Amino acid sequence: MSAGLVILAVIAIAIGGFFIGRSRALGSVQGDVRKLHSLPNYYGQTVFLFSAVPALLVTFAWLLLQPLYVESQVSGMITAADVPEGGSMSLVLADVRRISSGLDIAITSGALTEDQLATMSADETDVRAQLAEVGIAVASEVRQNVFAAAKEYRDINAGLKITLTIVALVLALGGAVYAMSRITPDFRARNVAEMAIKALLILSSTVAILTTIGIVFSLLFETSNFFRMYPAKDFFLSLTWNPQFTGGSDLGIAPLLWGTLYVSFVALVFAVPIGLLVAVFLSEYASKRVRSLIKPAIEILAGIPTIVYGLFALITIGPLLRDYFAQPLGLGTSSSSVLTAGLVMGIMLIPFVSSLSDDVINAVPQSMRDGSYGLGATQSETVKQVILPAALPGIVGAVLLAASRAIGETMIVVMGAGAAAKLSLNPFEAMTTITVKIVSQLTGDTEFASPETLVAFALGLSLFVVTLGLNVLALYIVRKYREQYE
Amino acid sequence: MNDMSFVERNVDTKNIKIAAKDVQVYYGDTHAIKDVNVNIEDKTVTAFIGPSGCGKSTFLRCLNRMNDTIDVCRVKGDILLDGEDIYDKKVDPVQLRAKVGMVFQKPNPFPKSIYDNVAYGPRIHGLAKNKAELDEIVEKSLRRGAIWDEVKDRLDAPGTGLSGGQQQRLCIARAVATEPEVLLMDEPCSALDPIATAQVEELIDELRERYSVIIVTHSMQQAARVSQKTAFFHLGNLVEFGETGQIFTNPEDPRTESYITGRIG
Amino acid sequence: MTDATSSNVPGERSGKTSLYAQDARTKRRNAAEARFRAYGIAAIVVAILALIGLVSSILYNGSSAFRQTFITMDIYLDPAKLDKDGSGDIEKIAKVSTFGYAPLIAKAFEAEFEKPGIGVEGLTAKKAAKMISKEGPADLRRFVLANPDKIGETVTFKFLASGRIDGYYKGRVTAETAKLDKNVSPEQLLLADQLKEAGVLKTTFNFGFLTNADASENRPEAAGLGVAILGSFYMMLVVLCLTLPIGVAASIYLEEFAPKNWITDIVEVNISNLAAVPSIVFGILGLAIFINFMGLPQSAPIVGGLVLTLMTLPTIIIATRASLKAVPPSIRDAALGVGASKMQAVFHHVLPLAAPGILTGTIIGLAQALGETAPLLLIGMVAFVREYPAGPPEGFFDPAAALPVQVYNWTQRADPAFVERASGAIIVLLVFLLAMNAIAIILRRRFERRW
Repeated sequence: MSAGLVILAVIAIAIGGFFIGRSRALGSVQGDVRKLHSLPNYYGQTVFLFSAVPALLVTFAWLLLQPLYVESQVSGMITAADVPEGGSMSLVLADVRRISSGLDIAITSGALTEDQLATMSADETDVRAQLAEVGIAVASEVRQNVFAAAKEYRDINAGLKITLTIVALVLALGGAVYAMSRITPDFRARNVAEMAIKALLILSSTVAILTTIGIVFSLLFETSNFFRMYPAKDFFLSLTWNPQFTGGSDLGIAPLLWGTLYVSFVALVFAVPIGLLVAVFLSEYASKRVRSLIKPAIEILAGIPTIVYGLFALITIGPLLRDYFAQPLGLGTSSSSVLTAGLVMGIMLIPFVSSLSDDVINAVPQSMRDGSYGLGATQSETVKQVILPAALPGIVGAVLLAASRAIGETMIVVMGAGAAAKLSLNPFEAMTTITVKIVSQLTGDTEFASPETLVAFALGLSLFVVTLGLNVLALYIVRKYREQYE
Repeated sequence: MNDMSFVERNVDTKNIKIAAKDVQVYYGDTHAIKDVNVNIEDKTVTAFIGPSGCGKSTFLRCLNRMNDTIDVCRVKGDILLDGEDIYDKKVDPVQLRAKVGMVFQKPNPFPKSIYDNVAYGPRIHGLAKNKAELDEIVEKSLRRGAIWDEVKDRLDAPGTGLSGGQQQRLCIARAVATEPEVLLMDEPCSALDPIATAQVEELIDELRERYSVIIVTHSMQQAARVSQKTAFFHLGNLVEFGETGQIFTNPEDPRTESYITGRIG
Repeated sequence: MTDATSSNVPGERSGKTSLYAQDARTKRRNAAEARFRAYGIAAIVVAILALIGLVSSILYNGSSAFRQTFITMDIYLDPAKLDKDGSGDIEKIAKVSTFGYAPLIAKAFEAEFEKPGIGVEGLTAKKAAKMISKEGPADLRRFVLANPDKIGETVTFKFLASGRIDGYYKGRVTAETAKLDKNVSPEQLLLADQLKEAGVLKTTFNFGFLTNADASENRPEAAGLGVAILGSFYMMLVVLCLTLPIGVAASIYLEEFAPKNWITDIVEVNISNLAAVPSIVFGILGLAIFINFMGLPQSAPIVGGLVLTLMTLPTIIIATRASLKAVPPSIRDAALGVGASKMQAVFHHVLPLAAPGILTGTIIGLAQALGETAPLLLIGMVAFVREYPAGPPEGFFDPAAALPVQVYNWTQRADPAFVERASGAIIVLLVFLLAMNAIAIILRRRFERRW
């Protein structure tokens, strides 16, 4: 039974349990609901939860851990000789997986029978050709050890699948029977069901924590792998970025960091004054009507996906800047440049800065404005000398959040900034950023064990740490600011 | 009412500082102030009393056009300051508010230093030619606000760090720093404890020497203690206006009497 | 205290001033005021212009993707070429490659040349046949394989014109550029005009753009969004089925049940920080956990859906908590007051009242997920996928593309016709987003309660 079917079967058992539990409860009091401790549905719910939850949890955990277990079993069958030159164990294991799924397809399509497979050997048959017939491409000739491993892989998986089916169904039925055996009129079904539901709620709220843990661990794990292959000192201090897939790369973060900061700086120089002025105008000057028209229009900018901005940079802003500024001034001939990416990112950040600033400006109490107007200040004097200074911490927080967004932004720089890692001051030159390099090192056919690929995780970790730091700082400042006026 | 003590007052005839004629105020569709006619004298404390929502604060805010900042608010009728209509098209509310200062219900010092709070008005109106003059104005204003001695050693400390009463006196000092002719006070003591209230009330009496002071209060005792003239508002109407002593001892209108004796309010 | 009558005293205005006359300083201040106001308006104008520029650039470049040039011709399905031994055996017919169909099309052009007013000197039928998309013979072959009984008949067939001919009618290609281009000649353009005159060549609405799969580098005219739309739809399905229950459950716990202690504090800080983690980091997470660790297939909607779920979850939790918070405590008190348990109060009263807000937040979260690109690049969604994924649930594990990634994919190709395709795909994406946001706004307007 496939995993999906197992889950469906468990749910079906649980639903059946719901109705049986409900009717048992009603039967135990001859239909007189008042004699039950809880409403009859709660008895059904209890049975449902006892039946479904443990079985499903076990199933999911099983599915998660099964590949790990099987791989550890199978990898023992592969000798060093089976690993091709320049390849790695993980690549061979990927082949094993692919071959075994190819064999599955071959058997279901009838091209191969179980008996044939059992006696088949890679030394005698052209496994690669047979697999190609059913649409599975294997990169290299299949070695006997690998083929045997693939068969073993299939067998273990099949065995485990049967075990899983049995375990899950037994758990579901057992849970249902156990819960039903406890149904008496005095059984506090509501409390039990509510406890179980609460446990589920708690479980859900841990998903966010698990995500963070997953991010931190996957980054740390692969980064440490990277630093085992490439010295950390060079990563942080080298001034060149020059990955060579033949080995001997320079993987210094400095040019990428410089590009990232330069682009973000341009974006902020553009977005912060405009966003701030927009916020001031909307919150202090605009009439209700104007505000209700302009504010949503600017928020549209915030809802537009970054790929759209990226395309805008690529096909409009980039050529525009190149043809009208960079080339006439003799500063460059590339349409992707720091300025292109920075400008477009600035547009993206305007609504972000303006809506955050709008919030903090609105949090400045009206009495401050009254006090200033009462002294005969004009609106602009009030804004510049009272409101903005009062809102300054909040605005700083907003700018930090915007900076964090800019640093972590990917699509705009991928499409607008270029791919050349350079330490240059000319904003019309193409430069590259951390996020661009994460994308370029991790897409395409890359080999997973080389430093050129793993560097992406180190870059990701650096990015995560920087943006996290900025966020924490910004949230702290904004929270302090809010407390001030509460 | 027995413990009420009336401030000794000189009853010289005074110049009319502010004259309001047939003033109507609308908030959207609500008619908030109806046909108010009143003459406010110079160098006098005038108290506006009345139950909550009677329009006394609204009327006060008309006198320096603070209501302009509220979109839905419309004012009709004439309000003359020294014979000039303050709602005239030619009048810049900014200039008007420099002449008619205001102190608010809740102390609202800016999140700046004590010095900068007081210097804010003189700076924006350009009253000082240099730093020394500004220092002088700040000191003078803080003295007039009766708070100089308490803060002279910490002028750089933030104004928001003072106690409530100190903050309110700082706000008064801030208001007098622009050298206004009229000082409007919107329930200036309602957020203060009794001791701070007493200090502010004493200050108000001193301010009378230089300014025409108009104070909105819902404490009748306070009106009786600090004011020479009292106006009683009820449901947007100016019911009665006259000498404070007379209003409190011998009101003409039955509504005033009901309010003073506590039957409405 | 100083006497106030002297005008030399600092802080005193010199003499009596009339309110009716503005002094010089007030004039200056008012000018500064006007300037500041102008800056504000200028900032808004810049922002709005940016929006207009963005949208109009996309519309300008992309709207032509929805029109496509077709050439409709009668094709004689010659048995001598397609079914040499006349057996009608489908296996044998299938042996004729796409290449074998090209002469049929050239023949059709020869037939066209016989009509009056058609034919350009120096342009052979074989060269003219190059005006048909490379996809044309393949389409024809598929048609024949599906209807082998039509062999020997003459069928009317609608071919895609090649990308250059299509570009000619969209202003991308001119006679001058054609001279330098080895994929098209000025003669072909002349012939195209004659064919248009004769009604053989027509530019019509391009349904194929919405339904076709992606096509290879040198046939932009055949590239469509079908697989990408389906892939995005599958991912949204996964996101919806996972974020809504998990997000709502987590929010209910945090808002209604969680005790105030350091653990819940950590969870809260964690959620607000997770909302600001760069999306590409989620891509790295997906690659490391779902693909490398759990061995899920690359390019599969299930992986994309899982990654986007983790990314959207904080947004949904924040929105849900806000709408739970907006339900006044009096409702809870009322329910508890008649003897409901806390759980019953929440599920019977608070949750239904918060539902519109939760739905709105969910739709907005989904819209965000729909447009997200960067994490999908890392989990292999950039792969060139020509096959439609199967129906759910197996289809969740089949390779698929996604709308925003398809845009990125097309921008990486050399042929300028793909710029039009990419912009057109953005229009499709924006239409979806607009629709989702409109639904969210309508829901909010319709059901929003003010307490």
